[in-house]
Amino acid sequence: MPKPAAIVGQIILYGAFAAFIGYFATAPTYKQIPDDVALIKLSMSHLGGRECRKRTPEELAKLPPNMRAPLDCPRGRSDIKLVLELDGKPMFDTVMHPTGLSKDGISTVYKRFEVKAGTYQLAVKMNDNLVLNPDFNFVKEAKVTLKPAQILVIDFNPDRGGLFFQSADAK
Amino acid sequence: MHAAMRNSAQSLFERSENFFDASFGGADNPLRHLGALGLYFLWILVATGLYLYTVLDTSIEGVYRSIGYLSQQQWYLGGIIRSLHRYASDAFVLVMMLHLLREWAYGRYHGFRLYSWVTGVPLIWLAYISGIGGYWIVWDRLAQFSAIATTELLDWLPIFSEPAARNFLAPDSINDRFFTVLVFIHIGIPLMLILGLWAHVNRISRVDYLPSRRLMLGVLLSFLALSVLKPAQSELPADLALVPANVPVDWFILFLHPLTDISSPAAVWALIFGTTILLFALPFLPHPAAAPIAVVDAANCNGCSRCHVDCPYEAITMAPHPDKPNHKIAIVDADHCAGCGICAGACPSSTPFRSQERLVTGIDMPQQPVDVLRQQLEAKLEKLEGKTKLVVFGCDQGADVSALAARDTATLSLICTGMLPPSFIEYALRSGIDGVVISGCREGGCDFRLGMEWTHARLARQREPHLRNLVPLDRLQLIDASRGDGKQLVAAVVEFRNRLETQSNATRPPAYTRKSHHA
Repeated sequence: MPKPAAIVGQIILYGAFAAFIGYFATAPTYKQIPDDVALIKLSMSHLGGRECRKRTPEELAKLPPNMRAPLDCPRGRSDIKLVLELDGKPMFDTVMHPTGLSKDGISTVYKRFEVKAGTYQLAVKMNDNLVLNPDFNFVKEAKVTLKPAQILVIDFNPDRGGLFFQSADAK
Repeated sequence: MHAAMRNSAQSLFERSENFFDASFGGADNPLRHLGALGLYFLWILVATGLYLYTVLDTSIEGVYRSIGYLSQQQWYLGGIIRSLHRYASDAFVLVMMLHLLREWAYGRYHGFRLYSWVTGVPLIWLAYISGIGGYWIVWDRLAQFSAIATTELLDWLPIFSEPAARNFLAPDSINDRFFTVLVFIHIGIPLMLILGLWAHVNRISRVDYLPSRRLMLGVLLSFLALSVLKPAQSELPADLALVPANVPVDWFILFLHPLTDISSPAAVWALIFGTTILLFALPFLPHPAAAPIAVVDAANCNGCSRCHVDCPYEAITMAPHPDKPNHKIAIVDADHCAGCGICAGACPSSTPFRSQERLVTGIDMPQQPVDVLRQQLEAKLEKLEGKTKLVVFGCDQGADVSALAARDTATLSLICTGMLPPSFIEYALRSGIDGVVISGCREGGCDFRLGMEWTHARLARQREPHLRNLVPLDRLQLIDASRGDGKQLVAAVVEFRNRLETQSNATRPPAYTRKSHHA
């Protein structure tokens, strides 16, 4: 049977252990962003364009019947140029490269930008075929108002008209 | 530098363990049973996790609601179970890291311990993957923070063609199936962890799968109290349209997220992979040479299997004897053998009463053969003089006994106290010694795990080879004295001597003088 002093010691040490676990399981809290800051997330996943050539009837005739595709497209995809501007000033400028050993995969980007909450003129421009297009073939520009801690997503979806901004009020 | 760091850490652990011994004693000391304590927390996690799994609704809305219900409406059962699950996971991680540090500090990562060390490293990964994934299941603001931070960290590695963080881009990015998959991962990874733990302890015998009952009870009561006083609660539901600004991070499991924020994903991956590589490489860095392993003498091994049963590291197997039909012989696995000598102490042939000029036993240690031990004992006993003559058997891993040597006290230090055959005690007493002291590491602190446990059991006549009934126990003193317990050892020996001097000589066993068979 342990001595009373040992029992008291055990109670103190068990209590200290539980208190240590209990405290650091939730504290100190971590402040991810300052109170007056919002977040812009630029994220897209898109296949770059490619230059296809229309096959002539002679060329098609030479091909086996099951392989007579009217277009002759290279496997590789174009790089994608992307520019983000905030109030007319460049915020981010990049060229996204296609993935894959044969450069035939999607090009992706994922970036976070912390900005002070407020109203901004936001513009995003994209050229997804640097071979064919001399200039940006997708442009989205809008005045946006960002509340503290709000997330604005900039994404691309052909079914939604190309580039789009997405934000929602907090639940 | 590494050795200096390790020695400092070892000294810190020793002092902490001795401090805890004062309240808990060796058997209940949590620092001396970190591995078993970790397993106990794992069983708490499994038991509480099974209940949580049964009540979990894996839809996006349902997952938050069903867990919240436990904490709010069913706080007296489900809430406590949930809190136990969370706190046990934190304690598991803490104990796991302390176990790692302690084994490193004591230099238990190379030689015969290489396998246990190397198989332990992946378990750290599995524990953290499981712990981080567990937080996501709640799908509150903390889960949202962790999910995004983890996927952003993963995206730094070139493993996904599309950024994984896109899965948490907007409120409509995830669907119900995400949580179904997550739950199965949160069950699958712990199953792998349990499988890994089985491999981790595979090369040791008599594994402490659980700590002592008192320790389990104490830990459970303290965690129950914590669960009542500070129950685990969900944050607000996850909202991917908002940044969770103030996050109550679990610093035991989720510390990597703030670390990534203040440094960079590259720095964190460098830390993770660097630490992992360092842990794997540690056994291959310069370290003390391995101790010579036990050697079996076929002619003297009678196949009794006692060494096989007593070996703490499953280094001994029994095979058919090459020379004796229907007999077995001990086979030592060089990779498993710790060179502790516990097998030599277990061998029935290790008795000094055998009359051979050269005592050859069935299994012996090249660095300290039983024959040399007998020669040293006889030589020292012959020189002893004084009113009360003592012999002190010590342990190289425990308190240094050489300081006790005097004209009336002989000292002999063994590789491990567990290598002392009990017949040596009888031999010393029947050679005219008044008392025998056996000193070994404190309970739960044996460098070779079972040395002192077997010694206690053998001397209590509960384990073979046992101390014969002829030997009076009042002339025998067993002292638990680890490194740094020199003063306590001296005091205990003085007390024992005083006790012997005040008692009658009636308990002395009959005298015995060995005669060489040549004589």
